[in-house]
Amino acid sequence: MKRPHRTQKIAFLFLFLATLLIIVPVGLIVVVIIWKGLPAINWQFLSDIPRQGMRAGGIFPAIIGTIYLVTGAIVFALPIGLLSAIYLSEYSNDNLLTRLIKLSIVNLAGVPSVVYGLFGLALFVVFFKFGASILSGSLTLGIMILPIIITASREALESVPYSFREVSLSLGASKWQTIRHIVLPNAIPGILTGTILGLGRAAGETAPILFTVAAFYLPQLPKSIFDQAMALPYHLYVISTQVPNVDEKIRYGTAFVLLTLVLFMNLVAIIIRYKFRKKKKW
Amino acid sequence: MRKFKEFIIEKLILFCGLASILFVVLIFLFLLKEGLAVLKTVSPFGFLSGKSWYPISDPPQLGILPLILGSLMVTAGAALISIPIGVACAVYIAEVAPAKTKEILKAGIELLAAIPSVVLGFIGMVTLVPLIKNLFHLPTGLTALSGSIMLAFMAMPTIVSIAEDALYSVPKSYKEGAFALGATHWETIWRVMLPAASSGILAAVMLGIGRVIGETMAVMMITGNAAVIPNSILVPVRTLTATIAAEMGEAVVGSEHFFALFAVGIVLFIISFFINVTADLFLHKRQS
Repeated sequence: MKRPHRTQKIAFLFLFLATLLIIVPVGLIVVVIIWKGLPAINWQFLSDIPRQGMRAGGIFPAIIGTIYLVTGAIVFALPIGLLSAIYLSEYSNDNLLTRLIKLSIVNLAGVPSVVYGLFGLALFVVFFKFGASILSGSLTLGIMILPIIITASREALESVPYSFREVSLSLGASKWQTIRHIVLPNAIPGILTGTILGLGRAAGETAPILFTVAAFYLPQLPKSIFDQAMALPYHLYVISTQVPNVDEKIRYGTAFVLLTLVLFMNLVAIIIRYKFRKKKKW
Repeated sequence: MRKFKEFIIEKLILFCGLASILFVVLIFLFLLKEGLAVLKTVSPFGFLSGKSWYPISDPPQLGILPLILGSLMVTAGAALISIPIGVACAVYIAEVAPAKTKEILKAGIELLAAIPSVVLGFIGMVTLVPLIKNLFHLPTGLTALSGSIMLAFMAMPTIVSIAEDALYSVPKSYKEGAFALGATHWETIWRVMLPAASSGILAAVMLGIGRVIGETMAVMMITGNAAVIPNSILVPVRTLTATIAAEMGEAVVGSEHFFALFAVGIVLFIISFFINVTADLFLHKRQS
């Protein structure tokens, strides 16, 4: 009778060790970047342009570039993603078309990020002649985060109880009025969560912007959406592999700013989700 | 008037619903448009099985076999590391961990998923690469092994979260039945839960591998980027993704090199399409 319990103890120990093998390195990565990156952060680093061939100065243009790109991506992806989610949750029937749409979303989510880069290059930069510009980069990033926004919004819309819709329809409201005034307001926290996660993803990706917008080095800020821009993830790639003898402090500092930006967005999304769950009335 | 407005809105909603299909088709069409031009220079068979990749020599040699093997080697290594650890972690989180620990572990996994790949690549460069170099006394630490280890970490969040979902969706009655027959918790997990969740776990593994094959930045920063056929896991390799990312900046639009990189993109797109469709089938099999 004793042996099965001993096997169980050993098995659970191994499961625990496997979990540690993931969690401990994650903790270490975050701690090392904070430990070595935080001392590099000061007002000058955040507000100055890169100097001396990116070996001194700050990362201001890269921060601004990333903010522009992320804003552009969300302006493009949120309306399309939200309407697409409304279609799937409120209008679609369980037929072949719906199945195709869902399969396309799964596929969009799985396309390698560098292939998005190629697509952006072929469609926006070359075919539409936008050139390497904030516009091309934002649109490419926007299509990349579309599946995240659609999936999250659809889940949020579908979690609104069916009875809410029935009551509204029985009071004589039209289908669109019901969606606009009853379903959407109740789904906003979930939609917000998905949007912020999409923002975080867009801010951190490098491969899609490599050939569509990213500039190696630009001393001035972009003036219009047809200009090239620097971006934080690409800047980190450049100073860690393309430019020799960059002070380690600057590399860690850049990694710290990028990581903080992305994790902050994720944290906000988690908090919204948590608050909403507690408040939920149904 | 209101009816007209609603008609317009509903048509707009339908159009946006179709947007995903449109984008997948557009991506494939534009890859084909630029990529198929490579067939003027090299036959499809020569492209896939050619042993040398010298895109800027004259005439260019466009064989992507070294790149395919590089991707395969890095992916196989990452799969060997991430599948057992990832599935074990999923079982621990779903079945063994106490409720409070569970929340912390899940937050940790989400944290890992959120770290940008360029940051992981940077960390790999400054920590893992020197470590591998000293451990195996190599001339360089930029090897397939370094890439595999780093990529294993990027695959784990996908594997853990989907496998965990699969374990959760096993009906409670299965577990209660096993307990009632006197099985221990571990016997229940091993003999009942894991087999019942197997198609979901398989989907988790496939999506994890899909993530690894498509990963670009970290792999470009730490695998050394030598486009030769690898003979060991301790030599530099170059993957399909890294080739596109590293060379597209220098390729002249409309050159053979440019077309060849798009053709590499087609190969990647087809691989990821196949993986995602199959994984989706496995996930649906579980639901029905």
